[in-house]
Amino acid sequence: MSEYLVNLKINDLSVSVPEGTTILDAAKKLNFRIPTLCHHPDLTVAGNCRVCVVEQKGSRALVASCATPVSEGMEIFTNSRKVRDARKNVIELLLSEHNADCTKCFKNGNCELQDLASEYRVGDHVFIDLVKTSARHEIDISSPAIQKDDSKCIRCQRCVRTCHEIQHVSALAVVNKGEHQAISTFLNKPMNDVVCTNCGQCINRCPTGALAERSYLDQVWDMINDETKHVIVQTAPAVRVALAEPLGFDPGNRVTHKMVSALKHIGFDSVLDTDFTADLTIMEEGTELLTRLKKALVDGDKSVKLPMTTSCSPGWVKFIEHTYPSLLDNVSTCKSPQQMFGALAKTYYAQKKGLKAQDIVSVSIMPCTAKKYEADRPEMRDSGYKDVDYVLTTRELAMMIKQAGIDFESLPDMEYDRIMGDSTGAAVIFGATGGVMEAALRTAYEIVTGSEVPFKNLDILPVRGFEGVREASVTIDGCTPEWSFLEGVELKCAIAHGLENAYQLMKAVYEGKANYHFIEIMACPGGCLGGGGQPIPTNEEIRSKRAQAIYAEDSGLPLRKSHDNPEVQQLYKEFLGAPLGHKSHTLLHTHYKGRKRY
Amino acid sequence: MTVKELVNELVEKHGTTHNSLMPVLQGVVQQERYLSEEAMLTIAEALDISAAEVYGTASFYTFLDTVPRGKNVIRVCKTISCHMQGKDEIIQALEDALKIKVGETTDNKRFTLLTANCLGWCHKGPVMLVNDEVYPELTPQKAVEIIQEYERNTK
Repeated sequence: MSEYLVNLKINDLSVSVPEGTTILDAAKKLNFRIPTLCHHPDLTVAGNCRVCVVEQKGSRALVASCATPVSEGMEIFTNSRKVRDARKNVIELLLSEHNADCTKCFKNGNCELQDLASEYRVGDHVFIDLVKTSARHEIDISSPAIQKDDSKCIRCQRCVRTCHEIQHVSALAVVNKGEHQAISTFLNKPMNDVVCTNCGQCINRCPTGALAERSYLDQVWDMINDETKHVIVQTAPAVRVALAEPLGFDPGNRVTHKMVSALKHIGFDSVLDTDFTADLTIMEEGTELLTRLKKALVDGDKSVKLPMTTSCSPGWVKFIEHTYPSLLDNVSTCKSPQQMFGALAKTYYAQKKGLKAQDIVSVSIMPCTAKKYEADRPEMRDSGYKDVDYVLTTRELAMMIKQAGIDFESLPDMEYDRIMGDSTGAAVIFGATGGVMEAALRTAYEIVTGSEVPFKNLDILPVRGFEGVREASVTIDGCTPEWSFLEGVELKCAIAHGLENAYQLMKAVYEGKANYHFIEIMACPGGCLGGGGQPIPTNEEIRSKRAQAIYAEDSGLPLRKSHDNPEVQQLYKEFLGAPLGHKSHTLLHTHYKGRKRY
Repeated sequence: MTVKELVNELVEKHGTTHNSLMPVLQGVVQQERYLSEEAMLTIAEALDISAAEVYGTASFYTFLDTVPRGKNVIRVCKTISCHMQGKDEIIQALEDALKIKVGETTDNKRFTLLTANCLGWCHKGPVMLVNDEVYPELTPQKAVEIIQEYERNTK
């Protein structure tokens, strides 16, 4: 942004802002709130909803404050009679095309359009009710993760911009024109039949309930109420640093143990932790990386692909299946922690607890909508049953806690149940971009050298942060004899979050312009903490607070390296054998499927 | 020439930037009369954009059809000037001659009959467009004769 300051007046107050600032942002500086709908801080400006119009002295027409840069001597009125009348008209027009069945809508109480309608006291249709006369609205529930209800769409195009700018997917586009304009897919195909990765970033930015997760709340309640079922629940790392938001707390609050408490109150038979299998993932994935390095560097095995990329993000997995099917052998064969947990729940856990696999219902709480899709993949039935039966988002869990009548704030702290409830700090940071890399390095380095990674307090700061693509390298020093071929090797790593960044990184790999050994990719901005199933709103500031909470959780834990997890050690001893062993191969690893992008 | 070859030829000519999308779409429609699923997918891949974007652009423009059309596409202007100058009779005559309704294509795939918004020939209405050719000051009989001429010339 320019150094040059522009002076203007907003509602008779003077303000100086850098050249290029929009009226909207200048008003924010003076704490004047201008309502917006199509505007989102993560996205480029669209200026199509007109809710943010303001009056500019000397100009007959109202201007869209989100799309108009300030100019010297400008005088702006954000809340004049003319502005309020126009805004009310805009809201009424938007509502005339909006199916306002608010009581049934999952966004009820957290809907930007509803808030505006309420603020401007817009009730009955002033204009013609176009929803009732339109036959084109059918809810698309083809995807197990995302549902799309065009009758609630106000065509602000935040989803289209998200899918294009942040995710490089563009499953959604604006189709047709005029009264027929809609947000749709290629040839209006069902969402499940197109390149959608189910990441849910569109849901997180939709100002209404047009895009929502497929909810399985009712089914989970049914299972809890079914006496014959043993219902277990796993909670992903990023949920504990965001769950508090929809329950009335500020972003950045860690509520791990209150969450455990709430889940027990709700009636789950056992409250367990995805972090346990995150630690397990590190054991498997770290070993896989070292094995690949050995095969490639020592044995000269040309069939071994490097760099190896992570595989815990199901949005990323589907993205690469569509985008670079030729690079699928570069993706780690490790299942995600959710699916490792699911496969173990109906085998190892069942065995230890003396339960029949068919009596176990395995539920997961995820910051993610793509996890719903992942759980539905046909490959994810290695226990002989559907490994994970139901996936709920962080938002759905918050809803469940409200439905259960729980006063969250007053809950006592409780510990996870055993077995499969133990975890380390390395698992917690899976929830942030760079976290899997950091956890993997903490373990792999120690396997190879017998000593800890050479970073103060185990904090590998170069892999942290929100820059889209980050690079880091660790020189391996002091190898044990078994790994002597790695002595002095500079292990080159790269990290990307958000699929546009992932695309740029993988393009370099595809074109042979990158020489990394290990790449971590998370489909969502900020990693899972900014996942499509996380509380709404999510923005840069909130993501940063959640990340701080995650790293605070890590540094506060007594164990911070995955291989130190006692339950993981026990699991290998009693059940799996060694990492990448036969049983691991059957239960914890998977394969991928090339899909068409075109 | 297959659709793939056609697209590749057009992309060769117009380039692979985002700006090439329109001329490539127009080029396909000129040859094929419509954009098939295969055509749109091939274009998306060649320009490295998403298929939904290609469809979004195509569906915005009335003249970029995404459903199969006949070899000759007739568009009768339906806007007010042509309406007052008798476009309904023109349409009726064409429907009778071709034995199809507006929006339909003849069994032999030679003609598709459509209506169009203002073609800018209000002073010489009623008017119709056959492919890229404008026919002003129509009478029902004249319209049918024009179509018969196309019928004779279409192999």
